Amino acid sequence: MKRRDFIHLSGMGLGALATSGLVMMGNPVSAEQLLEPGMDPAAKKVLSDIALNAARSKGATYTDVRIGRYLRQNVSTREKNVQNISNSETFGVGIRVIANGTWGFSATSDVTPDGIKSCAETAVAIAKANSKLQKEPVVLAPESGHGEVTWNTPIKKNAMEIPVKDKIDLLLKVNNSAMENGAAFVNSALFVINEQKYFASTDGSYIDQDIHRIWPTFSVTAVNKGAGGFRSRQALSAPMGMGYEYLDGLAEDKIMNPAGFNSYRNSYDMVEDAINAAKHSKEKITAKSVIPGKYDLVLDPDHLGLTIHESVGHPLELDRVLGYEANYAGTSFATLDKWKSGDFKYGSDKVNIVADKTQPFSLGNTGYDDEGVKCKEWDLIKNGILVNYQAIRDQVKILGENESNGCAFADNWSSVQFQRMPNVSLKPGTEKLSSAEMIKNVEKGIYILGRGSYSIDQQRYNFQFGGQLFYEIKDGEITGMLEDVAYQSNTQEFWNSCTQICDKDDYKFFGSFNDGKGQPSQSSAVSHGSSTTRFDGVNVINTGRNI
Amino acid sequence: MAILTKEEAKKIIDKVLSYSKADEMEVSIFGGKTGNIRYARNTVNTSGETNEIRLSVNSVFGKKVGSSSTNELDDASLKKVVARAEEIAMLAPENPEYMPMLGPQVYPETATFSSSTDKITPEFRANLASDSIQVSGGGNLTAAGYLEDFSGFTAMGNSKGQFGYNTSTSVDFSITVRTSDGTGSGYAIRDFNDVNLLNSKEVTSIAMQKAQASANAQAIEPGKYTVILEPTAAGDLLGLLTRGFDARSADEGRSYMSKKGGGTRIGEKLFDERVTIISDPFNTEIPTSPWDGDGLPKQKTTWVENGVVKNLAYSRYWAEKQGVKPLSSAGGRGFGGGGYIFSGGDESIADMIKSTERGVLVTRFWYIRAVDPQTLLFTGLTRDGTFYIENGQIKFPVKNFRFNESPIIMLNNIEAMGKPQRVGGSLIPPMKIRDFTFTSLSDAV
Repeated sequence: MKRRDFIHLSGMGLGALATSGLVMMGNPVSAEQLLEPGMDPAAKKVLSDIALNAARSKGATYTDVRIGRYLRQNVSTREKNVQNISNSETFGVGIRVIANGTWGFSATSDVTPDGIKSCAETAVAIAKANSKLQKEPVVLAPESGHGEVTWNTPIKKNAMEIPVKDKIDLLLKVNNSAMENGAAFVNSALFVINEQKYFASTDGSYIDQDIHRIWPTFSVTAVNKGAGGFRSRQALSAPMGMGYEYLDGLAEDKIMNPAGFNSYRNSYDMVEDAINAAKHSKEKITAKSVIPGKYDLVLDPDHLGLTIHESVGHPLELDRVLGYEANYAGTSFATLDKWKSGDFKYGSDKVNIVADKTQPFSLGNTGYDDEGVKCKEWDLIKNGILVNYQAIRDQVKILGENESNGCAFADNWSSVQFQRMPNVSLKPGTEKLSSAEMIKNVEKGIYILGRGSYSIDQQRYNFQFGGQLFYEIKDGEITGMLEDVAYQSNTQEFWNSCTQICDKDDYKFFGSFNDGKGQPSQSSAVSHGSSTTRFDGVNVINTGRNI
Repeated sequence: MAILTKEEAKKIIDKVLSYSKADEMEVSIFGGKTGNIRYARNTVNTSGETNEIRLSVNSVFGKKVGSSSTNELDDASLKKVVARAEEIAMLAPENPEYMPMLGPQVYPETATFSSSTDKITPEFRANLASDSIQVSGGGNLTAAGYLEDFSGFTAMGNSKGQFGYNTSTSVDFSITVRTSDGTGSGYAIRDFNDVNLLNSKEVTSIAMQKAQASANAQAIEPGKYTVILEPTAAGDLLGLLTRGFDARSADEGRSYMSKKGGGTRIGEKLFDERVTIISDPFNTEIPTSPWDGDGLPKQKTTWVENGVVKNLAYSRYWAEKQGVKPLSSAGGRGFGGGGYIFSGGDESIADMIKSTERGVLVTRFWYIRAVDPQTLLFTGLTRDGTFYIENGQIKFPVKNFRFNESPIIMLNNIEAMGKPQRVGGSLIPPMKIRDFTFTSLSDAV
């Protein structure tokens, strides 16, 4: 049995929903232990200096130390039952060095002076061993140290402080509300993460960060046993870089969408959404099957975020472009020659896409990345033209720059940091436009909400996306629900068919809580902001089959 | 020191059980060494080795369960982990689906351990990567590959006298070779328990051949084609089918195994009569751990026979609720993963090509996602070597296709099958399938 199998099997006995697909790295602890303070920053600084000195004395020319405490709480329920409550903690240190112009990395859970010294020495030994296979030495973009600084996710309520009972009560209320409205099955879950990360480097940075993320979600299923059909509708929540205040469901964060029910911005009414989901899942069973053909698509931010993630976020990762992910996720169509040309039309001139790790409430929001670089916003696509990539300290020289974009990330103290996707977001339109007004001008279209099936090729040209909810638009009006809808397009063709983007009042986040990359695979969390957007003449297929 | 002997593991488990104050308690220990090396652009990027051991405890009061774990095995840590699990259990809500623990079980030995895999060193990994880079990296080719090896053990025991111990090893190797002009890409992947069965140079040369042969692919119209699926490609789709071999979701009406009007499709002919799917934990080519997630001994099971659904897995909870005997699933990873043996045939891939008037040869599929769970419709793309066949011969490489297809429909459109080989822990034959649905073209290489 492999390690990942063991983790999965351990999880099965504890409740499959919470752990499937999630690597539970930590040791189970009590909910109270999640609130215990971690190691004092002053003590971390002392230990970090031991590592920096030990590595330097063995010949390292650069060293960074990440002392991390990663806390997770998952609560999952099914109908009237609690399936799983898990609280976990993992604490350790990862040390990365450059010696002989080559990276070396080592990690240990022995966070003591001796453990850290030995770990730093191992990292240097690994770097020296690997340097025999190195073809060109690592060159880091300069980075002046930040001294002793702190950064915290701006939360109002620490979700770890909310009693587990309150969370169970909420989820069971969600389930009950869906069942009362005709659902046959409901799975609901709440995921809470707190990363207490300390970073120190030979550049003179000592950065203490406290990062929070939350994701409430559910899946509601309606079944027609007689006719043999079933349909599900997933939550329209987004995972967020917020505290428990995300579950306040404030009236000002509700957006009445053109299909006549509420979408949610920076706070979420989970019970209301579950009631809607139950109604929708029943309606989906009997909804009209789509006639395939060309349609103008009106894509809600709850849906468009994933399309941005797959067709813009991933292809503009510089390590993919260079071939480092060739054996796994693939490479990219957005090659350096296209960028160098300065006129590669990624999208129509309405399309402005930015990368950033600074937007409040987003999953990627941190003060500094895992190389100690201060986070910022930068353009990826400007007026439709490809202008930049996502790159970190040892990559930016390839782009002729000498400042990292600040998007290095490691998913644990035991993982080595590498380039990961920051938030990648579509800027809202500058002219006043609501989603209802947008739909008024569509003759033959489909309004799509929610995250559905998604698939894209290894260079990010051809994709197919489904959704949670599809509404037919005829002559400017929504005429009813559709099913069996998926659209297929090519990234460049699709973004060039973008004709209208709603204004900032319609802007909201979509999020991906577990985005995988690398071998061994690492998980990261990333948000994608957008307003409702129109794409003209997109190919829609019918996915209904008989078996 | 990460691998404990059966006796050492039993001694620790018995000690931990002696600390229990709970109604029931189970203890599991997992330990092992995982090593990896990753290379890309003809150079090694990362390599590492992790040794770990973890002892986990589930304590139960009534139907309240608490879990805790530790990686320290001294008496004080063991007492602490028991106390913590009991404390968590006391605070937990009741789990109405909790099943009382099993008593002693008989777990026969499975051949999951290989001492040669256990002896893999960092030098072995570095040499493998270096060989692969040298073979493929000369001239106009670029190699990117990944090797991961594992050697370890699991042991479990409970307060009702159950005890199990198993050692296992695994090695997974995959390589992508691309032409330096970016017009050709080839791939090959292998997995074994015994590293002696892995010929990494041969695997590399397959990826090289595919890279060269797939360069400058031509576009042909998407549509319905006869396809010849190499075992890797067939395995990509057949693995999706076996995930649905679960009685509970079928009984609940939310699976392709659900019968109209209620119940499951056990007894129905769902596939071509040449389709037989079994699992056998004692098969020497794909041995699996001797127990499932419920702690039940795995047994040789026929899931589909001559196209007819014969069995679905029943967890202990669901079996009791339905008044049937529990039946463990096949794989090491619940209903996904490996452990299945698909019936094959006696045609080689060369034979299949010879008898094909017009068709497509597929090396592998990529980014496969569910589109409709009712019909098991999936979408995804071909990748790393797709070729057009005409009048019994491979004519030229073709651009990759997106497919929208259900493995259920596919297993009703079988033209021919070959000898099964190990893919992802299952035994999968190459298959020739008619009317496979490609819905669009991709420019990706």
